[in-house]
Amino acid sequence: MSVMEPKLISQAIAEGMRERFPSEVKEIKEFRGQVSVIIQKDRLKEIMEYLHDTPQLCFSLLRDICGVDYLGKKEPRFEVVYQLYSISHRHMIRIRAEVPENDPAIDSVVSIWDGANWHERECYDMFGIRFMGHPDLRRILMPEDWEGSPLRKDYPLESDLGEKEWPGLKEILELSRKNKVYEIG
Amino acid sequence: MIIDGTTALVEVEEGVKIIPGANTIITSIDKVVNWGRVSSLWPMAFGLACCAIEMMTTGSAHYDLDRFGIIFRGSPRQSDVVIIAGTVTKKMVPVIRRVYDQMPEPRYVMAMGSCACSGGIYNTYSTVQGVDTFLPVDVYIPGCPPRPEALMEGIIKLQEKIKKEHFKWSMWR
Repeated sequence: MSVMEPKLISQAIAEGMRERFPSEVKEIKEFRGQVSVIIQKDRLKEIMEYLHDTPQLCFSLLRDICGVDYLGKKEPRFEVVYQLYSISHRHMIRIRAEVPENDPAIDSVVSIWDGANWHERECYDMFGIRFMGHPDLRRILMPEDWEGSPLRKDYPLESDLGEKEWPGLKEILELSRKNKVYEIG
Repeated sequence: MIIDGTTALVEVEEGVKIIPGANTIITSIDKVVNWGRVSSLWPMAFGLACCAIEMMTTGSAHYDLDRFGIIFRGSPRQSDVVIIAGTVTKKMVPVIRRVYDQMPEPRYVMAMGSCACSGGIYNTYSTVQGVDTFLPVDVYIPGCPPRPEALMEGIIKLQEKIKKEHFKWSMWR
């Protein structure tokens, strides 16, 4: 397998996934030699265990998890993207799991890759996608009492959030207004 | 010039006179206090982003802030000026305000870099549009990031400002 072109290896892996999970794999896409497999989220954990545990695949490294918001471009609205790499076989694949807007939830893969922990928390923080079975699903970047999911396309872009401003900031601005009279010079 | 070596006052600088024979300097308290403050500005280093790298460079041997009497402190309780160097996120605001509130008076604030001055290129949900929204800023240093020379210029500007202060040592300020 090592003499094959990386793209062909990834394609073979994707075809193997389609054979194994014909009802789950929706589409296999290729862009600039990178192969991604679009799947349904219901049996995600089973698929991931297959990729991780099968000796010929052995995807031991989860490089990244990120969310994508396709607001107005695609249904279902969200995708969670997993970048997988095999250290022993040196092949890679991208898994894209579709997540609908009305119930943005997907299974956690922390039990398979420990490194998924913070990535999933980031995705939860930025897109509001819940990861079922995650050991500690809290916000990771934004303050814990922040409202809304900043990377969603319908989130306001500019700094002034108006009424929806984070209470922690409002409190400090109020405090500094009050303390202005005590400033000297 | 013929100087009466014992009692005549000699003006060595505006507002500073000496009596050569008596080994005495006569000046205002303003001058003495401001001179002391100007000569030992201890900054609380608040590095938040890439400007912090430039601030560290300014403190190192090549630019040598020590010659201005500037020694970076790790504690707000030992500092006179806080240099806000970098992008200020909303999550960081309570921390900065708390550090500032812990500093003893008189205290000064320098906003270093575009982000600390105005938010810079970041007009997003997470950034504050300038540190002056919640702190009284004395000196703004533009640049992205400002060169060490610019930071030193800013410090000199702050020193000039301190030199012009009146009665800031007293209860009648």
